[in-house]
Amino acid sequence: MKTISCKLLVLGAGPGGYIAAIRAGQLGLDTVVVEGNAPGGTCLNVGCIPSKALIHAADEFEKVSHFTGDNVLGISVQKPTIDFGKTVEWKDGIVKRLTGGIAGLFKKNKVQHITGWGTMIDGKTCEVETADGKVTVKAENVILATGSVPIEIPSLPFGGNVISSTEALSLDAVPGKLVVIGGGYIGLELGIAYAKLGADVTVVEALDRVLAQYDKELTKPVVASLKKHGITVMASTKAKTLAKDGKGLVVETADGKEETLKADNILVTVGRRAKTEGWGLEGLDLTMNGRVVAIDDQCRTSMTGVYAIGDLTGEPMLAHRAMAQGEMVAEIVAGEHRRFDKVAIPAVCFTDPEIVTCGLSPDEAKAAGHDTVIGLFPFLANGRAMTMESDEGFVRVVARKDNHLVLGIQAVGKGVSELSAAFSLALEMGARLEDIAGTIHAHPTQSEGFQEAALKALGHALHI
Amino acid sequence: MGLHNIKMPDVGEGITEAEIVEWHVNVGDVVKEDDVLAAVMTDKATVEIPSPVDGTVKAIMGEVGEMTAIGTPIITLEVEGEGNTSAEAEAPAPAPAKAEEPKPEPKKAEAPKPAPKKPEPTPAPVVKPAAAKAHTGAPRPEGEKPVASPAVRKRAMDAGVKLEYVHGTGPAGRITHEDLDAYISGESAPRAAGTGRVANTSVEEIRVIGLRRKIAERMQDAKRRIPHITYVEEVDVTELEALRENMNATKHADQPKLTILPFIMLAMVRALKHSPKLSSHYDDANDMLYQYGAAHIGMAAQTPGGLMVPVVRHAEARDIWGMAEEIHRLAHAARNGSITREELTGSTITLSSLGRMGGIVSTPVINSPEVAIVGVNKVAVRPVWQEGAFVPRKIMNLSSSFDHRIVDGWDAAEFIQRIKMLMEHPATLFMEE
Repeated sequence: MKTISCKLLVLGAGPGGYIAAIRAGQLGLDTVVVEGNAPGGTCLNVGCIPSKALIHAADEFEKVSHFTGDNVLGISVQKPTIDFGKTVEWKDGIVKRLTGGIAGLFKKNKVQHITGWGTMIDGKTCEVETADGKVTVKAENVILATGSVPIEIPSLPFGGNVISSTEALSLDAVPGKLVVIGGGYIGLELGIAYAKLGADVTVVEALDRVLAQYDKELTKPVVASLKKHGITVMASTKAKTLAKDGKGLVVETADGKEETLKADNILVTVGRRAKTEGWGLEGLDLTMNGRVVAIDDQCRTSMTGVYAIGDLTGEPMLAHRAMAQGEMVAEIVAGEHRRFDKVAIPAVCFTDPEIVTCGLSPDEAKAAGHDTVIGLFPFLANGRAMTMESDEGFVRVVARKDNHLVLGIQAVGKGVSELSAAFSLALEMGARLEDIAGTIHAHPTQSEGFQEAALKALGHALHI
Repeated sequence: MGLHNIKMPDVGEGITEAEIVEWHVNVGDVVKEDDVLAAVMTDKATVEIPSPVDGTVKAIMGEVGEMTAIGTPIITLEVEGEGNTSAEAEAPAPAPAKAEEPKPEPKKAEAPKPAPKKPEPTPAPVVKPAAAKAHTGAPRPEGEKPVASPAVRKRAMDAGVKLEYVHGTGPAGRITHEDLDAYISGESAPRAAGTGRVANTSVEEIRVIGLRRKIAERMQDAKRRIPHITYVEEVDVTELEALRENMNATKHADQPKLTILPFIMLAMVRALKHSPKLSSHYDDANDMLYQYGAAHIGMAAQTPGGLMVPVVRHAEARDIWGMAEEIHRLAHAARNGSITREELTGSTITLSSLGRMGGIVSTPVINSPEVAIVGVNKVAVRPVWQEGAFVPRKIMNLSSSFDHRIVDGWDAAEFIQRIKMLMEHPATLFMEE
């Protein structure tokens, strides 16, 4: 059996793990990264990237479909068709390019990349089942970056037409009837995409509204869009079991009645959980924080020299959080002084329209004891939004009343995901309303809405 | 004849009202242009209001102490020609109207403006700054997260600085790179341009512990129990210094460099033979004086931790080189902390020297239970009257304290005079008696 010794072992090559490995390589650490699948983790293979590819294809298809009818732009086209197999192939091509790129970056930064399933034996040893037999990796430091997996409903195990987001990204054809269980961001992103591609989509949500983690003001344009796209939302409804014929879902509606929803596919998107099994966690003496590995502000676990990053450490389960943690831990292992001291972690919901949140919402700010001022600027008054036929939504800024320090920024609207950079930069830099208001925002862009929201909070918005 | 209204002027940006603090005129007074009519105060300054025109005070509106909104009429003057009362509530016009030049049109409201200067009385407004604000930037309440850019945070972490302790001068208390620099360089608040002098109201609590407490206790004890008598004499060390230079220039390589201290110790040893009572310990609780044949000379030395007194044992048995070597060794050991307890105890008389910092006079505190301490002041070239002319001489003062319970003034003087004589005639230091 082959044994490799190294300074740093990274278990898992998702966004957190691969960034940690690359940074460690840059810092000259002798680094080994172990990954059972293609590098890139959920994000690149079955998450962020492929879903955005699918969403893009759906948007394009919908756009063309829209022109078959009467439209303000005066464009007319024939009814489009879609070869969904080709769409999935295109998406797979993007994924392959990106995962291949990561393998290249490993090589460039002299990171040893072992393909195989790794199991931790103790805090310093990992056994990897590779195609060429067992390899033992002994490391001075270990970063656990095993990620997360979709949560399964016990009464509706994955398999057959009960699918998770992973399968939903590689369907053979657009389903005729799609039932989505869980009206969170994953379910709605995919639900809207499939609706645009022609599926008849029903969203089953146990809570009384979809996107419940956001405030109602923020989700209102999305709810309107669901309606516009013919998506049925069944709130306060519980998914029970598969229908007897396997071609539908039995639900219990708000008034306690059982109902069967016909479905070609049932997409379960009720959340994700840390992947805590299958890689030897049980053999390690790690303190847990509920169902996730407990870490401190340097991503240290309860074992010396063992770090954990990303989804394994809990919410928010976002690739960019894992990346920031991975980079930080690599630097810590290299002897630098680092602490996870981010002011905010932005989050984007790629529904149509998109939602961006960064920092505190008005309610959260209040709950944190702040006396706030809030400025909201609707895209209805934004020239660029009008020219794109997307004047729904707004930018909202939450700031402290006493010194105008910006506490949080939210936006909903078409394409607002790209505004997230400005939002998080403002928060990290400790901007005040005056800083944003005093920055020239290019005209005509949606970003003017950001400046206007700050001006609004200061009491002198110019365009409303 | 017309009426001219004078309004509360706009005395500063963002100020909406001001307090009338003093009327300088009464109804019926004749005033000339630029005469001070009233003084008003905002929260920032006191401003005097001059008259824009010549006239007679017709009415005074408002009481002293009253807050009056900017733009409210406060005085009416009767003026020659037409006044301005028909054109009220207009924006302040810049031109001061001269009453002796009657205008065909009613003038706009006359806001007093910084008037052209005349010698008497004081033109106005005269702005007196209110009490300075005591801080720059917003203070950060306890427990609140510091605001800083990622680059500042990274630098702070690399420098091992907790930003919680760094004062932020930026907007909303944001910590800038400059704030961090200031903190690292030890200035608690940076002296940014334009911030001016501010009252520092901080009080730092420093616990008096360790060596410092020890020193404090000993000093307090010595000062409380021992009636000190301090005697200052000057010593001409011109010849001694010449000798010392010569000895340093001609010494063997393995011999230590000579400072003035071993010479003084040598002189003390010689003088102690005549004043043996000064090398002793006084046990005042038991009315016992222990007079030592030895001269264990304590040598007060400044160390990083504070004052220490290493002891040159049996100085009477050492020659000048041996004395110098021991002084050197002890000073070094005291500074690097390797000195032992033995080397710090048992002195029978003490020599205190601050070298170049020695000043001209000091009042040394006796190292209890000893009865004498000799303080060395700095050597300086001074003009000395000798044989009908001023000549430059190297002069050093000795400021010495004695326990007056044991040592009479006469004894003290005798001891010091002997030292003086020995040092002024350095050959005698080395002569057998």
